[in-house]
Parts: sequence; structure tokens; C-alpha cells
Amino acid sequence: MRYLPLTSEDRTSMLRRIGAPDIDALFADVPADKLLQELPDLPRRKSELEVERTLSRMAARNVAAGSVPFFVGAGAYRHHVPASVDHLIQRSEFLTSYTPYQPEIAQGTLQMLFEFQTQVANLTGMEVANSSMYDGSTGCAEAVLMAHRITRRKKAVLSGGLHPHYAEVVRTLSRMAGDDVMTMAPDVLAGEDMLACIDKTVSCVVVQTPDVFGNLRDLTALAAKCHENGALLIAVFTEAVSLGLIEPPGAMGADIVVGEGQSIGNALNFGGPYVGLFATRQKYVRQMPGRLAGETLDANFERGFVLTLSTREQHIRREKATSNICTNSGLCALAFSIHMTLLGESGLRTLARVNHANAVKLADMLARVPGVEVLNQTFFNEFTIRVKGDAGQLVEKLAAQGVLAGVPMSRLLPRAGLDDLLLIASTETNTDEDRAALVAALSSQLAH
Amino acid sequence: MTDVRYTKDHEYIRITGDIGEIGISDYAQKQLGDVVFVELPQIGASFGKGDQAAVVESVKAASEVYAPVSGEVVEVNSGLEAAPASVNEDPLGKGWFLKIRLADSGELDALMDEPAYRDFLKTLG
Repeated sequence: MRYLPLTSEDRTSMLRRIGAPDIDALFADVPADKLLQELPDLPRRKSELEVERTLSRMAARNVAAGSVPFFVGAGAYRHHVPASVDHLIQRSEFLTSYTPYQPEIAQGTLQMLFEFQTQVANLTGMEVANSSMYDGSTGCAEAVLMAHRITRRKKAVLSGGLHPHYAEVVRTLSRMAGDDVMTMAPDVLAGEDMLACIDKTVSCVVVQTPDVFGNLRDLTALAAKCHENGALLIAVFTEAVSLGLIEPPGAMGADIVVGEGQSIGNALNFGGPYVGLFATRQKYVRQMPGRLAGETLDANFERGFVLTLSTREQHIRREKATSNICTNSGLCALAFSIHMTLLGESGLRTLARVNHANAVKLADMLARVPGVEVLNQTFFNEFTIRVKGDAGQLVEKLAAQGVLAGVPMSRLLPRAGLDDLLLIASTETNTDEDRAALVAALSSQLAH
Repeated sequence: MTDVRYTKDHEYIRITGDIGEIGISDYAQKQLGDVVFVELPQIGASFGKGDQAAVVESVKAASEVYAPVSGEVVEVNSGLEAAPASVNEDPLGKGWFLKIRLADSGELDALMDEPAYRDFLKTLG
């Protein structure tokens, strides 16, 4: 039986209601040369085997992260994910579970979310964490909206060290809400003066550490200035492993901490699905977006878990909800939680130390390459170098030689005059051979 | 002398001079169930008649409390932070939310007095 939900009368009446003459009019915003004028020239029919051969040949043209020396980061990091993580998250009790609206049949999911929240709160140095957001960037935008609700102010100030994609998501949501966003100029050396931007009209200041250029930032003075002015400090991170080594943002006075959790338990996955981490102070818990699993006692006074404080969620309060997020990244959060549990506190610290040590080794080697300047005074596992010439073209040439050298800053910040900057990440997955290959390829390219 | 008036949204306002003490009616607290949190406005905030003045959260839902008349907030019941259950136990007494200085006492005429509110509740079945 075919499922045809709409009749042509339905379509006509819907179009009339929104004032569009026909379906094509709905695509008016798409540039005309981007619209297909006819069907693409594809063969009418092929066997499954032929399709598989053709697509495999096309896929082989990709340079996969695991197949070459790989130094790409900028918000998505290649780490080793133990096989046990993928095995455990595929257990059907986890994999096929629907959102835990009924605690009586969802204790496993709820307990896992509760443990995830506990890990995120510990990691960020905060009092309470939710059961995850879609990713770091949407978590960041939600944090800004939350700060507006708490302070009843409408102006956010974004650091020039905030990942440009995160800043873009904040600006998109703020534009829809009619809120003000002030974005500082790109801040390669972490020298910007944000203190001067904070006054009693500002709802929040958004700062990333390690920032998008790799610099670590002390947030203590910013937190103090924010609090003097009734504003909130939102701390952002894109590399969760860094929290195994550096001071947690909560200890530096942050009011909301958001970040990307992909680094722990989750593969690169072509940029998603990822898992946003979101933590705050207990006093702000009612303004926190998203799901919250809580521990309680059942009718027999035995330990149990429920979704709690959900009266402001969209499925209960619709248009007055704190957020339009009515779910979480359950499976990615589970992978995060299992990997974190396998690592334990000392394992996470060791992993973080190995990352930092690898990056230090690489930075030292690169600093000796003629035509390369390492710009960072501080970094965790990612840093910025200045190269002779255009970093984007250089990366393409190195890719042709089988080395994925990093992210040219012009990819994140086009037309910002940063075309000679290259962002390089080094995790525990990089070997001495990988580093030697990068240095050799870079030296030969820059010698031309 | 004091005078209590009600809205169709089940807020009450008790008038003493030019000050009005605002809360929710006994009927409203029964409908909401156990109140767990009340979000109160800042002192000095101004409301028009019908603007959202507070949010009351029970185990079932979070609901807006609207200003029955316009005015400026002069006091809020900070006791509700530690004891939100006062809203259930004593809605017209210890469970009050906020006090406003009335901007226009003429607006009170549009509200129901006690007998009118009782009749109104009967129509709700």
C-alpha cells in the first residue's frame, strides 16, 4: 500500500493559506543556478553489485583520518575509542530505548544519564549538569539564551577566541530572538581586553579555553568582573580531554560551562552526531535547558531515577519552555560515559598528559622547520603556526602527499587576514612516524 | 480596611491603601497540586495589567501568574524560597507572592469580589 498523506486539494489549500502560488515559490530563496532544471544524468538502472563497485571507487578517493598521519582538530578530535565502547553501546537495551518518559520501564537509561551528568559536573567543576545537548555549538547558543533569562538582559559578548562556528550558531539564534551579540575580533594570541566590554547592560561573556587558536585562558578575573556587573561568565571548550589536565572552568568562577564531548568515546563521524556538555550552578538549575535525570526513592524507599524538573520543558509547557530541545544525544552521551568510566580519573589524567606531551613534541619539531613559526605561549593538544605563504594551499599540497596537516585558519575565518595560519592538533593517536612525516612533508613544501 | 479581589485566572489581590498583595486563590493551588518553586520578580519592576508577574511551579506544571492590575513591585515573599508549600497550606496568607504599588486603583473595578468569584467558580463545574 502506498502512503500518500496529501491530496492535491490539501496542497492547494495549504499553499493558499500561506499565500504561495505553487510549490516552486517555496524555493524562491535558493539561487536559481543552484536549482536543478532537470533530473541529474544517472543511469536508469544498475544492479546492487554495480552500485556497490561504483560507490566504493568514489569512497576510495577520500583520505580517511585513520589511514594517514592526521593532525586535524579545530573542534573535532581523533582519539582512540576502545572497542568495548562500541560493543556496549550496541546492546539493544541502550540502542533501541526510546526517550525515558516512563521511569518504571526506563531505569537503565535514566541511571546512565544520571551517571553521565555526574561525570560532566565533576569534569567541569560545576554543581549540576544536564543529560546533554546536540553538540558544543548549540549548547553554547542555549547558554547565551539561559543567561538572558537569568539576567533579564539581552546583550552577549563573544570572545575573539571562541570557535567561529560556535559564534555563528549564537548569532543565528540571537538574530531570531532579536538579541544583541557583540563579537570581538579574532584573537590569535589571547591578548584581547574583555574586561573593558563588561558593564551593567551585558548579560554574559562567552570565552573558550583552550581557545580556537589553542591558547589556555585564565578566566578568574573575567568571572569577578562579570559578577560585579551582574553578568554571567559562560566558559566553552571544544576538547573535553583537556579537562583532564587544566583547571576546570567551574574552579575559575564560570556560571555556565558548555562544550563538545565528542573527544571522549565518540569517533569523528564526519562532524556529527556529537554530544554537547552543559553544566551550571545549582541556583540556576530551573533556567537550564534540556533534560535532567534525578535520583530519588520509590514507593518501597529503594533507589530509583526519574526525569526531574521537567515542568519547563517543551512537552509540558510548549511556547513558554526554556528551550526547544526536548531530547538529548542519548547514544553519544552513553559512549562518552562508558569511555569515561573505563578511563577513570587517573586514566583521563594520563590520556590528557599523553596528548599534551605529543603536542609539545610536535611543536618543538615544527619550530625548527625554516618558514614555520609556532605562535602559542600555552596550549593543550592544539596550537597555531604561521607558515610562509597560504596555509590553505599548503594543506592541499600536503594532503596530496598523504599527510593531513591541520585546518587552515582561512577555513574558519575567511577574509580575516589570517591566511598564513595553520591550526595543528596532536592527540594520543599520533606516532613518532606521523610527526616525522608531517615535518618532512612540511619542510620540503616550504623549501620550494 | 482591606478588600480582596479576584481575576478569572485565579489570582487574588488584597488591597491595603495603595498597596496590593498578590497571590493565587485556594482553587488555583488545589488545581496545581504541590507547589515546589515560585519564581518572583525583582523589586522595582513595573507591570501592566495582565503582564506576567511570577511563575509558580508545581509537581505537574509551571504556570504564569499575571498582574491583576498595573503597578510597581515593592516587596516579594522571600519566605517562599524555603517554604513553597505555604502556597498550598495558606494561599491567602503566608503563601502570598508579591506586593505592588497600584498605578490606577480604578482597574480594581473590573475584578471580582469574594461572592462574585465564588459564583464564577461554580460555573467552572
